Amino acid sequence: MAVCVAVIAKENYPLYIRSIPTQSELKFHYTVHTSLDVVEEKISAVGKVMADQRELYLGLLYPTEDYKVYGYVTNSKVKFVIVVDSSNTSLRDNEIRSMFRKLHNSFTDVMCNPFYNPGDPIQSKAFDSTVSAMMVASS
Amino acid sequence: MSPTQWELPPELCCRPMAFVALTGLDVVYNAIHRAIWDAFCANRRADRVPISFKVLPGDHEYPKCRTKRTSYEWYIPKGILKTGWMNKHLNLVPALVVLFYELDWDDAQWKEKQSECATKVEIVRTSLQGRNTKVAVVLIQKKTPLPPGEDVVASERAAALCNACDLSAKSLFVLPHTDHLVGYIIRLENAFYEHAQTYYYNEIRRVKSHKEFLNKTTHQLLFVRHQFKTGFFSELKQDTQNALKYYKTAYSLIHELRAYETNMLEIKTLAGFINYKICRLCFQHNTPLDAIAQFRKHIDLCKKKIGSAELAFEHAAWMSKQFQSFGDLFDEAIKLGLTAIQTQNPGFYYQQAACYAQERKQQATQLCSHETSVSFPTPDPLETVSGALDFYGQRPWRQGHQSIDPPDAEKEKQGILALQLKEKDVLHSELIIALLSNAVAQFKKYKCPRMKSHLMVQMGEEYYNAKDYTKALKLLDYVMCDYRTERWWTLLTSILCTALKCSYLMGHIKDYITYSMELVGRASTLREDQKSRIEKNLIRVLMNEVPEPEPECDPGSVKAAQVLWSDRASLASNNEFTVEVQDYVPFIQCKAKFLSPSFHVDEPVQLHVYLRADCPHPVRFAKLCVSLSNQEYNQFCLVEEACRGKDILETSSQQNMCLVPGKARKYCFKFVAKTEDVGRKIEITHVDLMLGSESGRCVYLNWRGGGGDAASGHEALQASRSFKRRICVPEQQVDWDAVSIQASTMIISRVPRISVQLHHDPPALTNEMYCMTVTIQSDEDMVARDVSLTAGLKPGQDANLTQMTYVTLNSSETCDEAHPALLTDISIGELQPGQKIEKKLYIRCVSTGSRIFLFHVSYAMSTTVEGKDITCRCHKDEAVTIDTVVPFDVAFKFVSTKFEHLERVYVNVPFLLMADILSASPWPVNLVSSELQLASNMTAVDEPQSQVEGVVLQTGECASECFSLSCPPVRNGTSTVAAGHYLISWKRKSACAETPVVKTSMILPHVIVETIPLYVHADMPSFGRVRESLPVRYHIENRTGLVQDVDLSVEPSDAFMFSGLKQVRMRILPGAEQEMVYNFYPLMAGYQNLPVLNINLLRFPNISNQLLRRFLPTRIFIKPQGRNGDASIAAA
Repeated sequence: MAVCVAVIAKENYPLYIRSIPTQSELKFHYTVHTSLDVVEEKISAVGKVMADQRELYLGLLYPTEDYKVYGYVTNSKVKFVIVVDSSNTSLRDNEIRSMFRKLHNSFTDVMCNPFYNPGDPIQSKAFDSTVSAMMVASS
Repeated sequence: MSPTQWELPPELCCRPMAFVALTGLDVVYNAIHRAIWDAFCANRRADRVPISFKVLPGDHEYPKCRTKRTSYEWYIPKGILKTGWMNKHLNLVPALVVLFYELDWDDAQWKEKQSECATKVEIVRTSLQGRNTKVAVVLIQKKTPLPPGEDVVASERAAALCNACDLSAKSLFVLPHTDHLVGYIIRLENAFYEHAQTYYYNEIRRVKSHKEFLNKTTHQLLFVRHQFKTGFFSELKQDTQNALKYYKTAYSLIHELRAYETNMLEIKTLAGFINYKICRLCFQHNTPLDAIAQFRKHIDLCKKKIGSAELAFEHAAWMSKQFQSFGDLFDEAIKLGLTAIQTQNPGFYYQQAACYAQERKQQATQLCSHETSVSFPTPDPLETVSGALDFYGQRPWRQGHQSIDPPDAEKEKQGILALQLKEKDVLHSELIIALLSNAVAQFKKYKCPRMKSHLMVQMGEEYYNAKDYTKALKLLDYVMCDYRTERWWTLLTSILCTALKCSYLMGHIKDYITYSMELVGRASTLREDQKSRIEKNLIRVLMNEVPEPEPECDPGSVKAAQVLWSDRASLASNNEFTVEVQDYVPFIQCKAKFLSPSFHVDEPVQLHVYLRADCPHPVRFAKLCVSLSNQEYNQFCLVEEACRGKDILETSSQQNMCLVPGKARKYCFKFVAKTEDVGRKIEITHVDLMLGSESGRCVYLNWRGGGGDAASGHEALQASRSFKRRICVPEQQVDWDAVSIQASTMIISRVPRISVQLHHDPPALTNEMYCMTVTIQSDEDMVARDVSLTAGLKPGQDANLTQMTYVTLNSSETCDEAHPALLTDISIGELQPGQKIEKKLYIRCVSTGSRIFLFHVSYAMSTTVEGKDITCRCHKDEAVTIDTVVPFDVAFKFVSTKFEHLERVYVNVPFLLMADILSASPWPVNLVSSELQLASNMTAVDEPQSQVEGVVLQTGECASECFSLSCPPVRNGTSTVAAGHYLISWKRKSACAETPVVKTSMILPHVIVETIPLYVHADMPSFGRVRESLPVRYHIENRTGLVQDVDLSVEPSDAFMFSGLKQVRMRILPGAEQEMVYNFYPLMAGYQNLPVLNINLLRFPNISNQLLRRFLPTRIFIKPQGRNGDASIAAA
C-alpha cells in the first residue's frame, strides 16, 4: 500500500520517516517536506472555522505523476503523511483513512510511553511494525 | 529537424480568425485608401468581429486548388495532417475577397468604369478557380448616399453593376468617404464576417461530405484528418462549441489508429496538437476542470507510448513539452481571470515538465554516449528536398510511408544515429532550469514555500551539473537555512554535500570550511566514515594544504580545482577567516555563562565557557577568547597556546586545547570588575574560537552572544522536557544539556553596612518647618570615607511637588522658593566604625497631600578583592512617605452689632467680623498671635486686638475672636469690597523655641456695602426697672442730599406707658439729624418688647420699615421693682 510513511512534529520537523528501500529515500523526504505546504494551508483554513471539531483526515494533499500524498493532523498538530504509488488505483479513501487511524493509535501508544520525550525522534519497535505492516501490504 | 522540433507550431497556438483579403487598395500612395485600411486594422478591440484582414494586389495568385477527387477507392493517405494546411487556411486562402473600386453613382464615365470593375472582379474570380471563396465589391464614393429608394439613378446603376460583375446584390457595398469612416467600416466588416461564416460553413460541409467515401481499413488516417479539419474550420467560423466536439472526436479517433514504432511519433505529435486544441478551448469556455481531465487522460494514454527504444529521449522530450504547454495554457487562463489554487496551479505542470526534461537528459546521456569517432552520417538523413516535412510528426528519411516496418533498414539506422548525435548537442540543463524557474515562480504565487525550496534545490543541482557552480551555490545557500530552521537534517545534509562540492570545485575556502563544519557536525546525517573524510580534509585546509577532491565530481573540473587550491595555498595573505556560526550547526558547540546574573563589585566576576566537539576526530584549537561589552575585561577571558605546526590532530600533552568528541570541556575565567561598571551590565558580545594557526591559515568560529547555534535552542528545550534525571556526573565532566547560557551579568555595588534611621512626627502641617532627624550609624570594620547624604523629595513624583516642597538644614529661618526640594550630597565626612551621626532636616510643604522623601547615604570604602585593592562606593537608601495636612480651618462671617447674620453691610454703620479657628492638626497647635490687615475701604471701630494670643488648640478645639468694623461711604450706592487679610502666627506646641513661627495669611471674604438714605439709632439705658421712667432718645439721620419727609409713629404697647410724640410728620434737612425723645414707663418685668417705632419715608418707599427697624433695639430687660431703699438691687 504505502511507499512512505512519515510523522512530522508540530514544529514541522520529522519525527519518523520510513520509505520503501527500492527507491531513493531522499526523494521521499522531499515529497513529504513539500506536502507540508498543503497541510499548513489546510490547517490554517480549517482553524478559522471550528478548531475543536476538526476532521483529522486531510485527504489527498496533492497528486504527482508517480505518487499520491495523503495527510492527517492530530489535535496536537502532529502530522502524518502517507505516500502511495499512483499506479495503485484500487486503493479507496476508506482504506487510507483506516491506515491513518492505525498509525494514530500506534503513535498514541508511543506518546503514552513514559520514557518517550515528546519531540524526540520516534524509536519504537511497535511503531515500526505498524508501519511495516502498511508498507508490506502493497508489495 | 531543428532543435525546436518539440515546439508547437505557431499556427496551432494562435486563435483562428476568418481570413478576408482586401484588393484594389493602394495603401502606399493613396491617402484615402490608407485611411480605409487603417480603419480596418487599427484599434481591433474585442468588441470588433474576429477577422484577419490582408491587403493583396488585385491580380494576386491564390494557392491553386487541386482537382477534386471523385473517388477514394484507390487512395492511400500518406500521413495525418499536412504541415502547410493550417497556415494555408489562416493566411493564404481567404474566405472572402473584397474588391475596392472608386466609383460614384453619377460618374461621368459610368459605362467605362462599370466594365473596368467587372474585369477586375473577373481577374479575382479566375485566380480563385475551384475555391468557394466569395467575392464582394465595395464602391468608394465621394458623396454621401441618399436614403435607399430615393436615388433612382443609384438603384438602377447598382443593379446594372451587379449584373455586369455577376454579383448578388448582397455582395455590393458602398463606402462613402465622409466623416464617419470608422462607423461605415464597422458595418462593412460585419457584413464581411457574415460572408466568411457562410464560406466556412460550406467548407465544413464539404469536408464532411467526403466521409461517405471512406472505409475503415485504408482511410483511418483520413478520419482523423477530416475531424481535425472540421474542428479547425469551426474555429475559423468562431463556433468553438462545435470545434471542441470535432476535436474530441478526432482525439478518440487518433487513439484508434494502429500504433507501431514507425508511426508512433506521428500519432503522438497529432494527439498532442489535438489535445492542445481541446485544452485551450476548455479553458476558453471557462471549464478548467474539463481541461485538466482531458490533459490527464491524454497523459495516461500516451505515457506508455515510448516508441523506438533507441530514441527514448524523444518521448521524454515530448512529454516534457506536453506538460509545459499545458502549464502555459493554464497560466494564460489565469491571466485572463481564472483562479488557481495551491494544489492545482501551473507550477505542478512546469515541475513535471522539468521532471521529464531531467529524464530526457538522463536517457540522452545513456543513448547518445557515442565515441567521438562516430561522425554524423552523410548524406544527412534529416535533410529533405523542401527543407521541411510534408506531414507533421514523420521521419524526414521516410516521408509518406505508412508501412509497419521501415522501408530501408540502413537508412533507418543512419537516421536514428543522426537524431542521437543531434540530441547530444542539446543543452538539457538550460531547458530544465528554465522549466524549474517557471515552476518556482508559480509556487511562490500559490503559497508553497517548501515546494519552492525543493525546486530551487533542483535548480541548484542542475546548475551544478551544468558546471555553473557560482549560480548553484547561490541557490543552495539561499534555501539551506529554510531546511536548517525546519530541522530536516537529511535534506540539509544532501544540499550541503552538493554545496561542498561546488565550493571545492571553485576553491572557495571560506564556504568550504563552513559547509565542512556543518557536515561533520551533529546536524549531518552522513556516515561516520564520510564525516571522517571531510574532517580530515577540513584539517588539511586549516593547515593550508590542498584537500582531497570530493567524490563523484567531474574529473575535468577536479583538475582545475586542484590548481586553484594549490594557488590559494601559496598565497600568503588573506588566510584569516571568520565564520559566524550561530546560524549554522557547526561541529563545535559553545555555551558561555556568567555564574550569577549579578555580581557585587567586591567579589570576582566568574565566567565559564563550555565547548564540545561533535566530529569523529579530536580537534585542537589555538585560541579561545570571549569578548565582553567592556573590552577591558577581554584580556582576562583568553586561553591561548602557541600552536606548533603539525600537531593539530595529536592528542598531545596540551590537553587543555584539545576537544575530544562527545566530551564537554569547561574553561573558567575570573576577573575583578571595575568600580566604574557598578550599575552597568556586562554582556558577552561574542565568543571566538581560533582553529589553525596564525602562521598558516586560521579560522575564527564566532558565536554571537553567549554561544548557541541554529539547533541548540530546540535541543535545550527537549533536554528540559526530558524525563532523564540529571545524572550526577563526576567532578571533571559536564552534563552538556544541563548547561544554560547566561550571556550577561550586572555589576552591583557592595552591600552597605550602615544603618539609617529616621525620627519625625507625621503628618506634616502645611507651611510648617517639619523637622526630621536622620541617624546614621556605621557597622563597617573600616573607616567610611566621603560619607554624604542626599535627602529630600524623591525624584520622579508629580513635577508640581518640586515647587511645593522646600528642604533646608537651617532651622532658624523659614525657607522659601529659593530652597531646593532635594538637598544633594550633604557632606558628612568620615564615619569611624560604630560611630553614629545625627542630622536634622527641615522640610516645608506648601501644599497638602502625600510625598515620598528619600534619604540616600553613600560612602566610600577601601577593600581588597583577589589581592587587588579597590575603592568601592556603597550606598543605602531609605524612603518614607509623609502626608501633609492643614493645621486648622478658619471660618469668617459678618454679623451686625446685634450678632445677626448680615447679607450686606451699610455705609458708616458698624458691624462685626467673626473668625472661628478650628484645629485640624493631630498635634497641639500654639497660636502665637493673630492680626487683622484691613483693606483701605474698611476701618476698625476701635483699635483691634488679638483675642486668641497664646491659645493652645488641641485636636478638634476651636478658638474665636471678633472685631468691630465699619465701612466708609462707597461710590455707587452698592458695591462688593474686599475686606483684607487675616494673619495667624503659630507653631507646633512641641516645636522648640528657635523654630520660627509660621505665619498663615488668609483672605477675608468679600462683602457687599450699601448706602442707606436714613439711619436710625437709639440711645437708651441697658435695662429699665418696673415703674421707673426709662428715657429713650431716637436719632434719625438724613444721609441724602435732599430734604426728607418722614412719617413717624409709635405703636402702643402693653408693657409700657410712654410720653412723647405718638405720631408726627417732619422734615429733615440734608445731613441733619433729628432727635426724638420719649419717656417709657415699664409696667412689667422681664424681657419686654419695646413699643414699635414706625418710620415711613415718603421719598424712598422702598426703604422699608423693617430695614430701619433692624438698627433699633426691639427688647429691653426690665428689672422688677425692688424693695424701697434696697440700694444693692438698684445698683445691679
